[in-house]
This record gives sequence, structure tokens and C-alpha cells, in this order.
Amino acid sequence: MPWMLSAVLRNLFSPPATRRYPFEKREPLRRARGQLVVDRTNCVYCGACARICPSAAIQVDRPNKLMTFDPFKCIVCSACADVCPKGSLTIAEGHKGPAERKRTYVYSGSEPK
Amino acid sequence: MSGTPTTILPFGPQHPVLPEPIHLRLTLEDEKVVGVAPAIGYVHRGIEKAAELREYTRNVFLVERVCGICSFVHALAYCQVIEDAMKVEIPPRAKYLRVVYSELTRIHSHLLYLGLLADALGFESLFMQAWRVRETVVDLMEKTAGSRVIISACSIGGVRRDVDDALRDDVLRTIREMRPEVDRIAEVILHDYGIRKRTIGCGVLTKEQSLATGAVGPIQRAVGIASDIRMTGYAAYGELGFEPIVETGGDSYARTVVRLREVYQAMDLANKALERLPAGEISTRVRGNPEGEAVTLVEAPRGELIYYTKGDGTKNLARLRIRTPTYTNIPPLVTMLPGCELADVPVITLSIDPCISCTER
Repeated sequence: MPWMLSAVLRNLFSPPATRRYPFEKREPLRRARGQLVVDRTNCVYCGACARICPSAAIQVDRPNKLMTFDPFKCIVCSACADVCPKGSLTIAEGHKGPAERKRTYVYSGSEPK
Repeated sequence: MSGTPTTILPFGPQHPVLPEPIHLRLTLEDEKVVGVAPAIGYVHRGIEKAAELREYTRNVFLVERVCGICSFVHALAYCQVIEDAMKVEIPPRAKYLRVVYSELTRIHSHLLYLGLLADALGFESLFMQAWRVRETVVDLMEKTAGSRVIISACSIGGVRRDVDDALRDDVLRTIREMRPEVDRIAEVILHDYGIRKRTIGCGVLTKEQSLATGAVGPIQRAVGIASDIRMTGYAAYGELGFEPIVETGGDSYARTVVRLREVYQAMDLANKALERLPAGEISTRVRGNPEGEAVTLVEAPRGELIYYTKGDGTKNLARLRIRTPTYTNIPPLVTMLPGCELADVPVITLSIDPCISCTER
């Protein structure tokens, strides 16, 4: 099969098309929506994020200044980050890894002066 | 009843060639298919009802999950129908970006189909090559919109993220570099002996049968009928000089060729839309709630997609109806199967590019 020889030689000496994954990880793409990051320092618990969240992953208890976030419900659509008036919610580029068990995060704090 | 004894064979809902569950009850005479009775309903999720229960703005993310491949087109159709109901005019830049995302979706959907077809024929290496090229498009989606397939790029009133000049050039360059890769796949699909043997003359649908059973999309274009919703010029298609791709064979091969040529056409359309991208806003602010009825048609990779909505002035919709292309392509499938050999059933079924999760919503 001489007509296949060039392809055979090329494939023999070219590097593999795949990455050696656990040792060699790809850099996340610059505008990728990887995961939601909550920074509660500026949060005023206004509840705009909870009202817009399409999967109800965020709940805000305004009188008690509590915010509950379930990362396993989050679809990383960035709707909450777009409406947050204080920039407390941001989207990070790196995707979240697997978890050993499911947990819900509860954030609380006082309103800044 | 004829003298030959018949056998009833269930094809699906779980079958190695089917990515999704559809059940075909095949009546066989020896190895020849003489009758088909389809059954769906294995992955129904009640999305139409769920859309009535939440606010109309949140539904964009819900309808994107109707289909795991053409999700952008679903979001586009939903946003378009709500904009029609609310009489909102979107900025021209948003229209062009919607075309770009629609066409990128079409490229990766058709490359997925070409890969699956190769896989159904046992052509593993072609399957992997097609999906490797598809990965380029999926990366483009992530670079521009932020996600690989369910990109959440559409919003009511426009699109959510802008594409700056550097990114635009990057996308144009990537599409240009992708073309020779698609050429290599195209050469194999068009000329490989095995692929031609398994698809030419298999699952033939005539023009009359196609019209009588209501085929849509590439199935209808493969019988010589120039029917494409993009001809109506929704979004920015009217300004891009769109011509539908038509083949005349009516068999599995013609359907594959239509999709293959559409990959090239989609690359051209995406290029054209990006080159002519007008400056300006990417979305308009939408206030109020939808009231009254509206219908919109868009061309999904698998055919025409219809969204109907009825608003009653509240933030919840009174009704959302989604008619997906595969739903209307099941009667043509049932028409084209009788007469074929049992061994050809998987390839013919795949040649309509069935999307069962779309069908059942």
C-alpha cells in the first residue's frame, strides 16, 4: 500500500492529537464561563441575583442577611453576575472540578456603611 | 396477509447506533422491512409546561435545554417570538451576531451528524476526525460566548456579549483554517466506496412523499425542494444573500451531501456576517410583559423550528408551543424505511439526524 505510506509515516512521527490530561491541563479560554465566584464583602443582600437565577441556585434572605448558593444547581449562565449592583458575583474562567459530596454554601454578613 | 410469515423486531429505544431513545417496531419479511410503527416518549421533560410556570425572561435558559446540540437556535427562536409579541426591534449588530452563532451551531451540528453517520457505518476513524474538527467550532463558541454548546448568547432584545475586533479576526482566521480540515473529511464522505455503497439508494424519499409527509430541513432539500426558513430573511439573513442548498437524490447519500455542503455554506455565512458586522449596540432594553400571540419560524440545523407564544400581560406566558424539526421528520422516516434491508435501518434512521430530546421537549 504505497499510497498510504506518507500518512503512516506522518502519524508515526507526529505527536498525539490528545493531551496527557491529568499531567498536562489546558489553560481555560479567556472568556469562558467556568464557575460563579461569590465575594460577600460588598454584598448588600438585595436579592437581584436570586430573582433572576433561572435554576433557583441562589436564595437571598434579605432581613437576616443570608445568601444561600448551591453550586450544583448553578448552570453558570452569568445572569446573576450581570445584574449584581455591587460586583459581588463574578464568573471565573476555570471550570469547577468534581466534588466528593454535595454542599450548599451559606454566606452572611452585615451591610457595609 | 401475504403467505410469507412476518417477524416483529423492536429497534430501540436502546440501540448502539442511537444516541437517543426512539423505538421503531419493525415488521420484517425475512430480512426485508415491510412495516414500521414509531414510538416516542422516553425522554419527555415537560419543558412547555415549565415555561409557563416561570417568568418569561428566565425561559431563555430553559428553552436552550430543549436540545443539546442546536440549543442556540432554540434560544434565538424564543427570543424572536417574545420580541414579536412585544413588538421590539433589535439592533442590527445583534442580528448579525445571531446569524454568526446560528451558523456556528449549524457547523458543529452537521459535523456531529457526519461523525455519527461514519460511526453507524463502522468507520471509526472518520467519526473521530469529524468530531476533532467539530471541537474547533465548539472552542470558538467558548471563546466568544463563554460556553461550549449551551452558549446562552441570546437574550430578549439582542445578544449578551459583544465580539471585539481582535476576537472577530481570531474567529475569521479559525474558520479559514478549518476549511482544509473539512475538505479532507468531505473527500472521504463523498468518494469512499463503503459510504457510497451503504447510503446511495438507501431510504429513498420521493418529492411527492416528502410533501405528503411534511418533511423539513435537509430531508426536504435532499429531494429537490428549495425550502429553507432562512430564505424568509429573519435576523440578518435577508442582507447576506442566502441561497438554499438543494440535492435531488432523495436518499441517505443526498441528505448527507446536503449537510456537508451546508457546513461550507455556514462557514461562508458566518464569515460574511462577521465581515459586515455593523457597529452599535448589541441589545435594547425590553420593558413590560408580552401580551397577545406570536409565531416565529427559524431554520435549525435539522429543519424548520416553530415557536408559538401567547402572553396575557403578566410576567408568565399563557402558552409556549415548540414544534421541532425531528417531530415532523418522523413520518418521512416511516415512509422511507419499508422496502429496505434490516441492516440498513440504523443508517437510514440516522440519516434524518434525529434529535429525540427536541422531539419530546
